[in-house]
Order: sequence, then C-alpha cells, then structure tokens
Amino acid sequence: MARIDLEHIRHAYGAKPKSENDYALKEVHHEWNDGGAYALLGPSGCGKTTLLNIISGLINPSEGRILFDGKDVTHLSTQDRNIAQVFQFPVIYDTMTVYDNLAFPLRNRHVPETEVDRRVKEIIEMIGLGGWAGKKAQGLTADQKQKISLGRGLVRSDVSAILFDEPLTVIDPEMKWVLRSQIKRLHKQFGFTMVYVTHDQTEALTFADKVVVMYDGQIVQIGTPAELFERPRHTFVGYFIGSPGMNVLPAKIDGSTATVGGESIALNFRPEIKSGAKTELGIRPEFVSIGREGMPVAITKVEDIGRHKIVRARFADQPISIILDEDGDIPADPRIAFEQKAINIYADSWRVGGEA
Amino acid sequence: MEKTWNNKAWFMVLPVLVLVAFSAVIPLMTVVNYSVQDTFGNNEFFWAGTDWYVEVLTSDRFWDALTRNLIFSAIILAIEIPLGIIIALNMPKKGLGVPVCLVLMALPLLIPWNVVGTIWQVFGRVDIGLLGHTLEALGINYNYVQNPIDAWVTLIVMDVWHWTSLVVLLCYAGLVSIPDAYYQAAKIDGASRWSVFRYIQLPKMKRVLLIAFLLRFMDSFMIYTEPFVVTGGGPGNSTTFLSIDLVKMAIGQFDLGPAAALSIIYFLIVLLLSWIFYTVMTTSDAQS
Repeated sequence: MARIDLEHIRHAYGAKPKSENDYALKEVHHEWNDGGAYALLGPSGCGKTTLLNIISGLINPSEGRILFDGKDVTHLSTQDRNIAQVFQFPVIYDTMTVYDNLAFPLRNRHVPETEVDRRVKEIIEMIGLGGWAGKKAQGLTADQKQKISLGRGLVRSDVSAILFDEPLTVIDPEMKWVLRSQIKRLHKQFGFTMVYVTHDQTEALTFADKVVVMYDGQIVQIGTPAELFERPRHTFVGYFIGSPGMNVLPAKIDGSTATVGGESIALNFRPEIKSGAKTELGIRPEFVSIGREGMPVAITKVEDIGRHKIVRARFADQPISIILDEDGDIPADPRIAFEQKAINIYADSWRVGGEA
Repeated sequence: MEKTWNNKAWFMVLPVLVLVAFSAVIPLMTVVNYSVQDTFGNNEFFWAGTDWYVEVLTSDRFWDALTRNLIFSAIILAIEIPLGIIIALNMPKKGLGVPVCLVLMALPLLIPWNVVGTIWQVFGRVDIGLLGHTLEALGINYNYVQNPIDAWVTLIVMDVWHWTSLVVLLCYAGLVSIPDAYYQAAKIDGASRWSVFRYIQLPKMKRVLLIAFLLRFMDSFMIYTEPFVVTGGGPGNSTTFLSIDLVKMAIGQFDLGPAAALSIIYFLIVLLLSWIFYTVMTTSDAQS
C-alpha cells in the first residue's frame, strides 16, 4: 500500500499542445493518502480515466511527476508500479479456470507455487467464489467476472493501490449494491489505497471518504460528500451533485445583499467580488421552503417521487427547483424563502467569500 | 395472439428450394445417375451398379492422387496458418499503415486464379522468368517442368503467396476486436508477450482460425486451376491431384461412369474431412 503524490501533472493526447484547451488533463496537483478511498467523479470526457491511466502507468503524462511513497515512478512501467486495475468491462482470461485466473499475476511474478496456492485460496473465499475454483471463467456472469478482475488485484499482497474504472457499468442493478458493499468491505479489511472512477454520484458518495469532482480536464473540488453538498466550490459541482442539482440564479451583489430579479436577499456574509465578474447565487432545492411569506413564485409542475415532492417553478424569470415534504402543502399564493446559511455566492462560476 | 395455421409459409421457402434444386441437387443427381450406368454413346445407358466405384477405389491412380492431395493440403496448412497468424500479429492496429497493409494483403486474393497460375508459370521459367532465371544464375538447378520436387515447391510457394492473405485478414479481424482493456490488464498482471498471445489473442482468434482452417483445407483439397496452368499435372503424374485426374478422366478420356463415381467419392471425402475437422475443433471448444 502506498501514498500517491501527483505533482503538477498535465496531459495532452496531441503531440504539441499549444493552448490550455489542447490538454485533456489540465494541471492536477494532489496527494492520495495511504489507505484512503477516493472517488473520481465527473461527466464523460472530463479526463477522469486519463488521470487514472496516468496513475496506473498506462499513459505517460506530458508534464509532471508521480510519486509512490516518495519514490518517483513517472517513467516506470505499469508492471513495476505494482498497481491493480479493475476495468469498465470485466477482463478475464477465458480459457483459464477461476483459480488460474487468480493465480496468473502471481505466476507471472514467479511466486513459489505453495504461496500461490495459499493466496489464491484465501482470495477466492473472500470474493465469494469458493465453489467456482475449477470452473472455466468463460461461463460466469458479469458480476462474477468483475469479482475475478478485483481478485487478481487483491491476490498480490504488495499491491500499491487498486484503481477502479467505472467497474459497475455492466452489472445488473441489484448486483451493483452487493458488489459495491463487497468492495467497501474488502477495502476496510485490506486497507488498500483505492481510486474509484465513476460518473454515478450515488456510487461516489457512498464509496469514498473523499470525492474528487472533475470537470473539463481539471479538478474542481475535493471534499467529503457533506462538503460537496453544502459548499460546492464551483457551480458545476452544484449542478452535478444532488438530485435535482443546485439552483443557480444570476444575482447582483451589493455589500451583503444579493438581488435576484426584483427581490433582495440578505446574506450572512459579505462576499468579495472582483469588478466585472459574473455573479450568481446558488441554493440547493432542499433549502428552499414554500409558504405564505417570502418572495412570489409561479409553480409550473409538481413531481411526486414518493419520498418527497419536487416542485418546479419560475422565480424572477428563472427556473427553480424546490424539494417539499411528501405531505407538504402548496398555498394558493405561494411564496418562497431561502435558508440564509445555505446560500452560496459564485463569481465567474467559482464560490466566493467565507463564513464571515 | 391468435395464430393462423396454414401451409402458405411454404411459398416463402419455395424460391430458395428451387434455386438449390437447380444449382446443387439436380446436377449432383445427374452425376449419381452417370456413376451407376455405362454407355457406348447414342444416349443408350446400361445399368452398371457399383462397378465404377469398385474400379475407382481399387485403382492405384486414385489412391496416388488422393495421397498427393492430402500431402499438399497438410503442407500448405502447416505453412499458411502459422504464417498468417504471425503476419496478422505484426500488422499495425491504427494509423495510415492499416489501409496500406490491408490493400497489400488483399491484392493476391483479387487476382483470378488462372492468372495467378500464369504469373507463376512465367515467373518460374528458366529462360524468361525472373525467379527461374535468377535461380539458374545463382547456380541452383531449378526446373519445374522436369523436376517433381521443383514442381511441388513452385505450387506450394504459389499457394502460400496466393492464400496466406486470407488467413491474415481473418486473424486480423479477430485481433482488432479485442478491447484495449485486455492488453492493459495483461500488463498490470505482468504477463509476458507469449502469455498475451496464448491467453488473450489466441482464444479470441479461435473462431476465425477455425473458419480459415476449413476454408483453406477445402480450397486446397479441391485445387485445380493453378496446378493445371503451371504444371498440367506433371512432370509425369507428380502433381496430378484428384481434380486434375478427374478432368482427364471425364473430358480427356470421356470415361463418364468412372469420372462420375470419382466425383461422388471426391465430394464425400471433402464433406467427411470438413465435418471431422469442424466437429473436433468445436467440441474442444465446448469442453472448455
């Protein structure tokens, strides 16, 4: 197991990147703690798989250095880095048995056969394929195959980190939960450093101690699930996390007052805005309340999703989503109020001001 | 849903049945008809029973030609399948090299068979052929018209040149269908180049290799045009394969009965061997 440092990593797929836009991965400078569980979350094409492949050594970064436990591995091959990776589509060796699949990485490294046998038997029980050892891997279901991929990583006792590249994409929904909790349990048990790429926020939030949100080739926020929810650093994080995402409304800021449309909203802090910046107010649907007091709003649609209702409305000529309790009422002349401490202010899409 | 039961569906199959009848069944039955009768012309036929079959199967001529066929097929399969795999493994996977290689590979397959024969016939001539002349100049005594070994070598090299591309193209199609993740996983697992071939590439090529093997076996076993053009079955009878012998018998000597019997036997051998190969290879697949 190892601590992983990424030092000023940048990567472009083209040979000679000219502008910032030529980089698939803009500067990433970050450390991953030994034994931590990290999720890389972001939409397709945001560079998360590129970042993962740079860590595993399948791609050499255009710039920057990678350190494992302080040792520079930037130019080491995947094999020498001692990394395990589980791919989006299960990769198994069709013609081998389950047992041989798990033994493969050890045998390639010339581990003595008695040790191979001990490790494989241990891991095969742990991933719950005990009865399948002698079976050909070809006939297994997708989730069993994915367990083998994972097992091939776990079987090496010296592995530095296990990287997951959207490993649950092809797994049936009911098996997803099972596999997810199994991976989580194995992580607790072994304490390997885990980097988990996904575009599914539920997966990321339930899995990881720290979620790394990526957007357009850069890391926009690293934080615990609670931080991402309460204080999104970038409007993208606000949109992307939460269901529905954060309401982002164009606002004029003057001192500690925000003005949206014709309505003035008092803030509990005084944001520092550079002149000329595009300012916005962000508020999560969970922190908007409907009642008889407050600012007028026009309801367009109410979606009842069982647990609660999602109210779609127009406020100051902007669409806004509000989450209402299942038994909550909407008065004839509805008005809304924002919970003051849940308001975030953004200048040019980045969050400003502190808890002043 | 209510299903209507009637026999109208047969009309849908009818065109195919008619086509197959005219293209395969009727000609085949004509041959069967000839193989059990004797004639002295004038469209008069006499029942001959299995006489022709006995005559063919007890003749040295038949067994010699069959042996030549089997040796020829075995040799070209032993060369073309491994060579095809090696070339396919070394073809570029992306970039400008892909179309260039594919076109170069496809070229021999696009040449009509008798032209292939003519090309090699001229190419190998000692007086004007580039190959024959060069070998002669190097002091190697090469003459495919007189020396049986030279004739065989010429035919085998010609067939390898002509048909290895087919194996390459089929294998290449199998190789490019392997997702990158397999190679990446193999790297992570520390697999050697040989392991990658043995456990990833070969299993993924298995199906196309089966097809390549069967196609090459059947084609080489029925080879006619190229040896007919290059050697005409000679020198002596050294390159007289079953197909060449059959034509000699049917058209040269006009022995319709024995020729028809030989055709049926020939057909059954190809069918039987193909079936055996196919069964052996697919059951070994199913066991795994």
